[in-house]
Amino acid sequence: MSDELIGLTASQAADRIRAGDLTGEEYFDAYREAAAGDSLNAFLWTADEAGASGDGPLAGIQIAVKDIFCTEGVPTTAGSRILEGYRPPYSATAVRRLRDAGAGVLGKANMDEFAMGSSNENSAYGPVLNPWDAERVPGGSSGGSAAAVAGRLAACAIGTDTGGSIRQPAALCGIVGMKPTYGAVSRYGMIAFASSLDQCGPLTRDVTDAALLLGALQGEDPCDSTSVGIDGGIEPPIRESLDGLRFGVPRELAGDAEGIEPGVREVFERTVELIEELGGKVSETHLPHAPHGISAYYVLAPAEASANLARFDGVRYGLRVSSEDLTDMYEETRAQGFGDEVKRRIMLGTYALSSGYYEAYYGRAQRVRTKIAEDFSKAFESFDFVVSPTSPTVAFKLGERTGDPLAMYLSDYCTVPMSLAGIPAISIPAGLAKPEGEGPELPVGFQIAGPAFSDSAILDAAFALERAIGFGQGNGGPPA
Amino acid sequence: MNANGYEPVIGLEIHVQLSTKTKMFCGCGLSFGDEPNVHTCPVCLGHPGTLPTVNEQAIRYALMIAAALECDVAPRSIFHRKNYFYPDLPKGYQISQYDEPLAVNGRLGDVRIHRAHLEEDAAKMIHVGESGRIHGSGASLVDFNRGGTPLVEIVTEPDIRSPGEAREWAQLLRTTIRQLGVSDVNMEEGSLRVDANVSIRPEGAGELGTKTELKNMNSFRFLERGIEAEVARQRGLLEGGEKIVQDTLHFHPEDGSLTPLRSKEYAHDYRYFPEPDLVPVAPTEQMLTEARESLPELPAARRERYVSEVGLSKEAATTLAFQSEYGEYFERAVGAADGASAKSIANWVTGELVATLRQTGGEEDPLDSKATPEAVAALAGLVEEKKISHGSGKQVLERLVAEGGDPAEIVESEGLAQISDSSELEAIVDRAIEAESEAAEQVRGGNERAIGRIVGAVMKETKGRADGGAVTRLIKERL
Repeated sequence: MSDELIGLTASQAADRIRAGDLTGEEYFDAYREAAAGDSLNAFLWTADEAGASGDGPLAGIQIAVKDIFCTEGVPTTAGSRILEGYRPPYSATAVRRLRDAGAGVLGKANMDEFAMGSSNENSAYGPVLNPWDAERVPGGSSGGSAAAVAGRLAACAIGTDTGGSIRQPAALCGIVGMKPTYGAVSRYGMIAFASSLDQCGPLTRDVTDAALLLGALQGEDPCDSTSVGIDGGIEPPIRESLDGLRFGVPRELAGDAEGIEPGVREVFERTVELIEELGGKVSETHLPHAPHGISAYYVLAPAEASANLARFDGVRYGLRVSSEDLTDMYEETRAQGFGDEVKRRIMLGTYALSSGYYEAYYGRAQRVRTKIAEDFSKAFESFDFVVSPTSPTVAFKLGERTGDPLAMYLSDYCTVPMSLAGIPAISIPAGLAKPEGEGPELPVGFQIAGPAFSDSAILDAAFALERAIGFGQGNGGPPA
Repeated sequence: MNANGYEPVIGLEIHVQLSTKTKMFCGCGLSFGDEPNVHTCPVCLGHPGTLPTVNEQAIRYALMIAAALECDVAPRSIFHRKNYFYPDLPKGYQISQYDEPLAVNGRLGDVRIHRAHLEEDAAKMIHVGESGRIHGSGASLVDFNRGGTPLVEIVTEPDIRSPGEAREWAQLLRTTIRQLGVSDVNMEEGSLRVDANVSIRPEGAGELGTKTELKNMNSFRFLERGIEAEVARQRGLLEGGEKIVQDTLHFHPEDGSLTPLRSKEYAHDYRYFPEPDLVPVAPTEQMLTEARESLPELPAARRERYVSEVGLSKEAATTLAFQSEYGEYFERAVGAADGASAKSIANWVTGELVATLRQTGGEEDPLDSKATPEAVAALAGLVEEKKISHGSGKQVLERLVAEGGDPAEIVESEGLAQISDSSELEAIVDRAIEAESEAAEQVRGGNERAIGRIVGAVMKETKGRADGGAVTRLIKERL
């Protein structure tokens, strides 16, 4: 019984709950049991009660919420030691919207500390394992969310994407992950990493669920001045063909790009052929500044992070290491509370903003960001979508890149440009490929990006393509 | 202050707490003197995940200040983050405006305004221990009620040339903002905070000297005294062949001394960058028009009107126009006057009333005193109609300030009515000339000044009820 229940997509389960064929309690119990057997370290906290309702678009659905979203009275750590034991006095807008739509918070999902990482090895609470191969990483930073969905520990999840943190783990775990247009979903209550890039989005078993969740999440929020929502909301995707749609393949993110594994390239090319079979027109395009995305990103994101993380000072909440004087208290608290990667980025960002260096780093990176956004605008004059592999590689082994931050940063090579441009992008599972060297077949993600606020159109195109690919019969995850 | 060959050059940095209903970036109410940490929420406590949202009323108030200071308003201004660690700053950065402020290039009176911008106030620290400062204190407590209060920071050009001028100009600014109704502008309570940048240079020199910044002068008198002390200190250094070191100095009201804040502690690199959580402030044409149209008559215009229409001296007009509480008092007295001219009322208010109130206890609002505007108007009328002498009028005013009441009744009960019977006054004058025979001789000998002694004797006998002019005339006739 419960195997059958946890095999359902969120929309299938919600239909049954609304129809009265399934109670929210039965459904919750199935997931509570599954989550109790979490061998992936996907959850940092799980619920004792369903906390969902019997109606609404997400009736009874149990959601894994990345531990970066504040949940009133429930531990929220952002994967950091510095917030151990912290229980926020309020809930994030995204969480409130999901609850308003009928869903419950099944658990808080593990993540790279403060969303800084691409492998989930930067969590203070231990790494998350990839459900396809426990020796491999699930990607990051929303690694717990992706692993929970792929590993049948949650029907669906929300995460955050700053430079690829939803799309890359979705790709590595064989599920759907979407970064909506910047401003589509409120950031209120989402612990900030890089405010001008952070965006909340769904990680789901299929495209229909992604649309369902985004429909509930999106909307203007008076608590977030940068939120605008999506005009007309999100309709359930129905498209079957790609007739008349033009897809651009940027040479810089696909054809010419170095470091793309042969297996990944093969799946990508096969998927491009599928697009043509479905009636889509595919040709090459250019994003000449995209190769500089990673460099610009690793100036801008740490710069914003260096300010965003200043509030973790031991004064009001979270960890405090008592000392004789104020400066020592700050230093000890932050030295013991933050992990290495977080410290590295705070230092990078502080340096980039410091007097005399601002123009050379921050100012210049902003100009690169503008150039990249202009590249996309230009491409979208000729194309409806731009497509690329989501990640240059399939899931890599635990520990493989922890000693080489630069190699780790390159995991986001194909996803960072869209984040810098603020445009929506989805990753859908497109097939399996063997990693370079030895290893089992692992999922490959296919990325579709569109102009700002084309979220519905992207979901629609992804829906058609998903059916043609037929990956995992819409259920994501490794074969049970 | 221009003695000793040095000229002070002074610029002011003023922080004005706006009296909006709620804080700059959250929905908490403003407060003064409430129990600590009752006006707080996740946003103003800097909880993880919270975001600021701009208070529209604060923008409107700031636009009114910008209009009153004749500033150019930026079509699009942005907020920055000013980064530093301190327990009174919950986010680890202050949201302020930096290189694209709300307003620039204004003027108030003779002083140019460099810029005016919006920001949020820090929380309040209370240090337990003798020093009252963080160094050497046993513990420190933070009250976040004040944290996030909207502030407008106004920076002047260095156009001020003396400590007294600095005080007068700051008072003018206070009155101007008070009339806008956008702040309590109370220096003791900290809703108006004035810091001064002070340097000196040899008179006639074009270049500016090294400046120091003075803080913690929480009254107009302390502002003047603090700048005086700093000018004297800098002059002493230069005369001793030493150099001025750029520093921030803390004024101690107890003894008027200045101590440097620890430069190292305050040598910040604030790492300003644009606040990504907020969108630019772009006031609509309608907001700008509303701000301009909501301006009341401002002090400079009011002073002009008092001089040209009422015929007041510039000094009296300045007092009434720049100290709005006296202006208000004056306007009410004129409204209630039955016969007294506005000019004579103005002279009573700006002369005797100001002096008497100051003697009896300070600079409080005259409208709170026992002497009502109606009574002072009546008093001015009695003197103008020569029903009582000017000297008696002063006595009546003192009584009014001390006890209140009606001037006519005081005149009656105290027997202060002017001696109008000329034969009675002539007799008194004759007696006085006899008593002060020596002075009388001197007057006859051509020493006009000696007449004062005889007038004094008459006034003593009449208890001031005689008309001074008439008395002098009578004495001269007889001698």
